[in-house]
Amino acid sequence: MKVVNKLHPSVDGKGIMMGRPAYTDDLTEANSLIVKVLRSPHAFAKIIKIDTSRAKALEGVEIVLTHHDFKRIPFTRAGQGYPEPSPHDKFVLDEYVRYVGDEVACVAAVDEKTALRALEMIDVTYEVLTPVLDFEKAKGNPSIIHPEPEIHEMFPIGFDPKNNVAASYEMNVGTIQEAMDKAEVVVEEVFYTQACAHAMMEPHTVNARIDVMNRLVLYSATQTPFHVRRILSQTLEFPLSRIRVIKPRVGGGFGGKQALHGEMFVSAVTIKTGKPSKMVFTRNEVFESTYTRHPMRITMKLGSMKDGTLKAIDCHILSDTGAYGEHALTVFMVAGSKVLPLYNKVDAVRFHGHVVYTNHVSAGAFRGYGAIQGNYALESTVDILCGKLGMDPIIFREKNMMKENETSPIFEIMGEGTAGTAMNMDSCKLEFCVKRGMELIGWKETYPRKQVSEHKVKAVGMAIAMQGSGIPYIDMGAATIKLNDDGFYNLLVGATEIGQGSDTVLAQIAAEGLETTLDKVIVYSSDSDLTPFDPGAYASSTTYVSGNAVLKAANEMKRQLIQEASHVFECTPEEVEYDGETFLHPEKNQKITLKQLSNRLYYNHGQKQLMVTESYVGTKSPPPFMAGFAEIEVDLETGEVDLTHYVSVVDCGVPLNPKLAQGQVEGGIVQGVGMTLYEGVHYSTKGVLATNDFLTYTIPTRDEIKRLTTEFAESYEASGPFGAKSVGEIGIDTPPAAISNAIYNAVGARITKLPITPEAILRAIRTGGTS
Amino acid sequence: MKINFVLNGLPKTWVIAPGEMFLDTLRNHHITSVKRGCDSTSCGVCTILLDGKPVPSCALLSIRVDGHVITTVEGIASEVEKIANHFGEEGADQCGFCNPSMALTVYALKMENKHATDEEIKAYLMGNLCRCTGYIAQHKAIHKYLGDES
Repeated sequence: MKVVNKLHPSVDGKGIMMGRPAYTDDLTEANSLIVKVLRSPHAFAKIIKIDTSRAKALEGVEIVLTHHDFKRIPFTRAGQGYPEPSPHDKFVLDEYVRYVGDEVACVAAVDEKTALRALEMIDVTYEVLTPVLDFEKAKGNPSIIHPEPEIHEMFPIGFDPKNNVAASYEMNVGTIQEAMDKAEVVVEEVFYTQACAHAMMEPHTVNARIDVMNRLVLYSATQTPFHVRRILSQTLEFPLSRIRVIKPRVGGGFGGKQALHGEMFVSAVTIKTGKPSKMVFTRNEVFESTYTRHPMRITMKLGSMKDGTLKAIDCHILSDTGAYGEHALTVFMVAGSKVLPLYNKVDAVRFHGHVVYTNHVSAGAFRGYGAIQGNYALESTVDILCGKLGMDPIIFREKNMMKENETSPIFEIMGEGTAGTAMNMDSCKLEFCVKRGMELIGWKETYPRKQVSEHKVKAVGMAIAMQGSGIPYIDMGAATIKLNDDGFYNLLVGATEIGQGSDTVLAQIAAEGLETTLDKVIVYSSDSDLTPFDPGAYASSTTYVSGNAVLKAANEMKRQLIQEASHVFECTPEEVEYDGETFLHPEKNQKITLKQLSNRLYYNHGQKQLMVTESYVGTKSPPPFMAGFAEIEVDLETGEVDLTHYVSVVDCGVPLNPKLAQGQVEGGIVQGVGMTLYEGVHYSTKGVLATNDFLTYTIPTRDEIKRLTTEFAESYEASGPFGAKSVGEIGIDTPPAAISNAIYNAVGARITKLPITPEAILRAIRTGGTS
Repeated sequence: MKINFVLNGLPKTWVIAPGEMFLDTLRNHHITSVKRGCDSTSCGVCTILLDGKPVPSCALLSIRVDGHVITTVEGIASEVEKIANHFGEEGADQCGFCNPSMALTVYALKMENKHATDEEIKAYLMGNLCRCTGYIAQHKAIHKYLGDES
């Protein structure tokens, strides 16, 4: 391999650092109207009266929109394929507001100051309703968050809004009660995870204009430009053919930009006024009024034999989807489907529970997407079990975990909102990952703990994890390759670069397939008019699904090139030899370079444009695997945890760009570390989010990150492009369990609620139990 | 009101509104390399150099720029290119939204302390958040840039 599995700087990194306009707000049309949204001060209320006359009269105000201006069409902002597994339970604007920060009205004005003044001049009379702020009391609560009759599920997801239930699910492998009864050792623990924020550096940003063809053109910092186009059209009843969505460079997403947030408002404003408009979320709005991770209560019960043979896993989850049910079922299911198969030799598995509505900001997609929550519970409980068995947690895992060529019945049962797809683990180097990780962290020297000073203890802990690579039989990615004169190519992909490096990696795949160099492949992505379809950047799908489409397109382009050369040589294609630069007929000793051939095709003989489009739909979702090892120091006097080293050994198949893959893993690790130790989420008793900026919601800074070691297992996934699997999400999954296992090893106390604060550790040390 | 200052080596006279923050002034003048990530001077993506020192422009009243020298990445393009090369080699750039501000801060650090240790780099860049990279690759790239002789 010449181009893939090699170091290549990202294709656009330099231009971005040099400050060239690249992001949505850099590409706003001059004189755009500024769109601002009036947000609910109440966690749950009905708008009795809304008077916009004073705001409309303010000079510079172009338009004020309330729920009276929109037809009642329920939709979901989730940004998924169609039909969505999320309930259609949202209106662009509604007479109900369901969380502090929910949208009440929208203003467009000539400048920000005027727009903000106009918001203050909208007079709203609310009937304040009793909010549901405790997700454990949501189900069956007399306060019904979604009483409206129009909302519905697109297919059965256990939707029961009268009981505040957005989705429900249950699946069984074997008979759980029987298996638990037979188990010699049973442990059970309850875990709580919090509503983390994505905290991408670029706030949600979108702008719109009507172009010379009288079409609506959006630039949006989105992860799903094609879904945005479809959902806009369905919800605003504006023809799909008259919408173009362009995704410029995106300043980070992590799932938070899979959904539609400002798109409806700028589109409505621009359609109604004919004028360009833009909306840039404030940081407070990003925290309060976009998405969080689904908080969960996870009850994990494991049954084992005394020799450490795991027999049964019983997992119940209560998940809080907040005010709207975006990704309610699918995040919930992934907490099982991308976690429980790790231990595939059990007799029985039960996975069940509910996803409930509350009057909190809506939860949605977030890197790890259920897997991180489920992994924290499972991998913590495995260590609890090992403690009870008196067994080394590494030996337990090596005995019970998934291995190459094995499978789990869960793959066939559980998909993303629907049934899944049976598959074997054709590539799974988990055993190597565990062994190598032990060496790199110095497990044998430190496990379980070492006293380093009078009040400091060093300890290690670990966890294993898996993810997926795209959604099989659902998500289709497509790629177009166009030959230019001079012998270079355009690669057009719907795949959505959001900073993860997909433009670079997909161009590498094309270059490798075309046997050319990276500079000969000009990549352009995510423009609904100009590029073929792709579902977008989610479900760890781009390298595997979109990458396979690119490889197919490259192979087809090469086939057509050889065919054209055979016309020149007047021979059969089989007689042509090609090295990516020169076509050769060895017997006739004829030669033509790609440059000559492409110029000839443009201008001289048999003129034509060579351009191919190929699509790919996965028939399986090969999981990447990893072992994560944390080394920590705990101060027994203050409860402070210092993460001194984190080791990741990852099987992502062949890493197509090793440095970018490492960046995906390490970025994921640090987000996982933030969730584990720092990112506390606090609401007031009235449902106001108190942690709504970077001062109160503390993501890891460069000071907390001491040392990361990341290695890749030698692995080859035959179904992936040049042996690759996904690597975008796997990194985030292990820190909560690995760090909390390390904390247990350090202080003998089990913290079952994230984030693990020094206060919780001190409390647990003092009470000698869990906290 | 008007302010007179030097932007990237060129004298400028710009009209500003009372109370205007310099981040808005810059972006209104199409200097889009300076980004907005928060409103509380905590993310660092709006960093500019004020008389060679990194400051967050979201909290800098435009009137205070009067009489000063301002640098954005456009003003130190050849140095930014070098920094970008090191970031590229280390895979230290992901979404890139923080990268112009990162480049300015790293450049200012080099002007002040060519031999910065890891701890000094961390201390100097503490105000530059990044949610993508995990920081380690950035620090490797920054070390390499500081070590460049040119």
